Amino acid sequence: MNSRLVSIIRKEFIHIIRDPRSLAIMFVIPIIQLILLGYAATTDIRRLNTAVYDADRTIQSRQLIEAYRASDYFAIRYNVGNETEIAELLDRGDVRAGIIIPSGYGDNLAKGKAAQVAFLIDGSDPTVASTAFAASQSVGQAQSIQILQRRLGVDVTQLGGVEIRPRVWYNPELKSASYMIPAVMGMILQFLTTMFTALTIVREREQGTIEQLVVTPIKSWELVVGKVVPYIGVAFFDLAEVLFMGVLLFDVPIRGNVPLLLVLSLLFLLTTLGFGLLISTVARTQQEAMFLSFLVMLPGIFLSGFFFPLEAMPGWLQAVSYVIPLRYMLVILRGIILKGVGLPPLMDQVIALAILGPLIFAAASMRFRKSLE
Amino acid sequence: MISVQNLTKQFNTTIAVHNLSFDVNEGQVFGLIGPDSAGKTTTLRVISTAMRPTSGRVTVGGVDVTRDPGAVNQLIGYMPQRFALYPDLTVVENLNFFADIFGSPRARRGELVARLLGFARLTEFQSRLARNLSGGMQKKLALAATLMHTPRVLLLDEPTTGVDPVSRREFWDLLTDVHLQGVTIVISTPYLDEAERCARIGLLYRGELIACDDPRKLRDEMRAVVFEAQAEQSLRARKLIERSEGVLTVSTHGDLLRVLADRAERAGAIQAAWRASGLAVSDLRAVKPRLEDAFVLMIQKQESK
Repeated sequence: MNSRLVSIIRKEFIHIIRDPRSLAIMFVIPIIQLILLGYAATTDIRRLNTAVYDADRTIQSRQLIEAYRASDYFAIRYNVGNETEIAELLDRGDVRAGIIIPSGYGDNLAKGKAAQVAFLIDGSDPTVASTAFAASQSVGQAQSIQILQRRLGVDVTQLGGVEIRPRVWYNPELKSASYMIPAVMGMILQFLTTMFTALTIVREREQGTIEQLVVTPIKSWELVVGKVVPYIGVAFFDLAEVLFMGVLLFDVPIRGNVPLLLVLSLLFLLTTLGFGLLISTVARTQQEAMFLSFLVMLPGIFLSGFFFPLEAMPGWLQAVSYVIPLRYMLVILRGIILKGVGLPPLMDQVIALAILGPLIFAAASMRFRKSLE
Repeated sequence: MISVQNLTKQFNTTIAVHNLSFDVNEGQVFGLIGPDSAGKTTTLRVISTAMRPTSGRVTVGGVDVTRDPGAVNQLIGYMPQRFALYPDLTVVENLNFFADIFGSPRARRGELVARLLGFARLTEFQSRLARNLSGGMQKKLALAATLMHTPRVLLLDEPTTGVDPVSRREFWDLLTDVHLQGVTIVISTPYLDEAERCARIGLLYRGELIACDDPRKLRDEMRAVVFEAQAEQSLRARKLIERSEGVLTVSTHGDLLRVLADRAERAGAIQAAWRASGLAVSDLRAVKPRLEDAFVLMIQKQESK
């Protein structure tokens, strides 16, 4: 094998293992990110703080409150004596929802009339609000069906009509962690490879060692490949690390083929390493390289479907997302890990990455010169 | 061995080196002398292929540096001014790395590394990280690394700047060893005592070559006489005669005055001027010219152009 290439790779590994700071970033940060995002970036909404003003104080009103409590969506923290108190609690953010049961609620029900209940929802966080909204309605509907059944003395399900039985596939418990962790893997892959590739090349320039390298017979491609290969190794190690921790801590199911995942990751890495290389041709200092890496990564994270579904974005923003490699990688990661799919349903993503990767890498290699200028 | 013809190197709007031409013969020690930012580093970088010339032609051993930089790389060993080896690699790892890069055969590797470690007197420090070496040792290691592929030309950019006098002397001893093996050496230095060790020197000033010759010849053929005198108020004494006829330059070194004049006969008029103003100045005595005097005159001449 090419001895110059091997010696660059060997040297790069020595740099990695002799630098405790970068070792920490490479092997500890992924775990921290996983834990933070696994626990914190959860959109599972349970046990919302709720205040109740029960002006009715009948068996019926208590049944309704109990039904909300039992749903597990609402935790009744306050029982208050008037509506203004609920407003105050909502203002302060002490509660996210308020239930107002007017007097006469039980009476109306007993008389067979429609009874109204006010349900206040703090809409400042739309995710929370929409969950609370849906839950408030479904609990209310279930309650009214029960009341109807009791009045009619029949089993409503025996009367015919449409019955919806939803079945959630892939992630039946709708756990955020299962959805987030494959995405975290994609983000970590990108973060590490882009930043460290940029840093390692810029460091040669910053510490002046490039001046000695450029007068050796080493070729540009040998320098680039030699510097990038160790970080591919690190990236795969991290991939395994995050996958393992994801299973251990969050019970993430791995349904698909891991070797396929690794092969497709390599395709993705071509784009992120290319970005790193591109940054190294622009940045003069390691700080600049770090800053630019973040600049490249941030829009990627928002426009990749990491946090927000792409389908909900306006058309022009979706168009921008087509050039973001992480977008495709997230589909691949979630597809293989959560859905257990094989290659055929992922062909679109694979083709996109197969076009983007060589394109970015070629652009970066063209700009990269083995020279001081 | 090295031929530089009409070399110009421009960075954006600044011209670092302008229309430089000189030759270095095989086996010669050639010095590039000049103040900071005179263009020494740029010249060496172009010869070493680290930079491309804006215009002009540079050849090493007959090979054009822009046409075939790869071949030039094998011929030369270049030691940048700044320590350019890896601080987090040990002495031996650094040497082995450059041996690998230059494709030196594995079989003779151990022997070669051991010989260069001995040469640079670094054998006992071989497993130390380069960052933990003293400045002088780093320079010796850098020199050893550039010799890994037994180059025929050594390009050294201010290798002794910032090094203590003992290490400087030791470094020159090493260079003498290399020179005796027939290696051509181009060395840049701001120190004139080092310039006098070279067979030929080129004086660079603001990107231009203003003199290029044997340093002894430059010194001896200087058309000026040098006097020295002691004065209590040396600055006042200097001011008084600076503009007198025939006085080329006056410099002060504490209470010592060094006067360069065009003819020996000027001494009388100078002393008369001092006496007339009542300054206590000793008699002028003629002293041996130094290379520095020659340079001061050459730079002055260049400036007045």
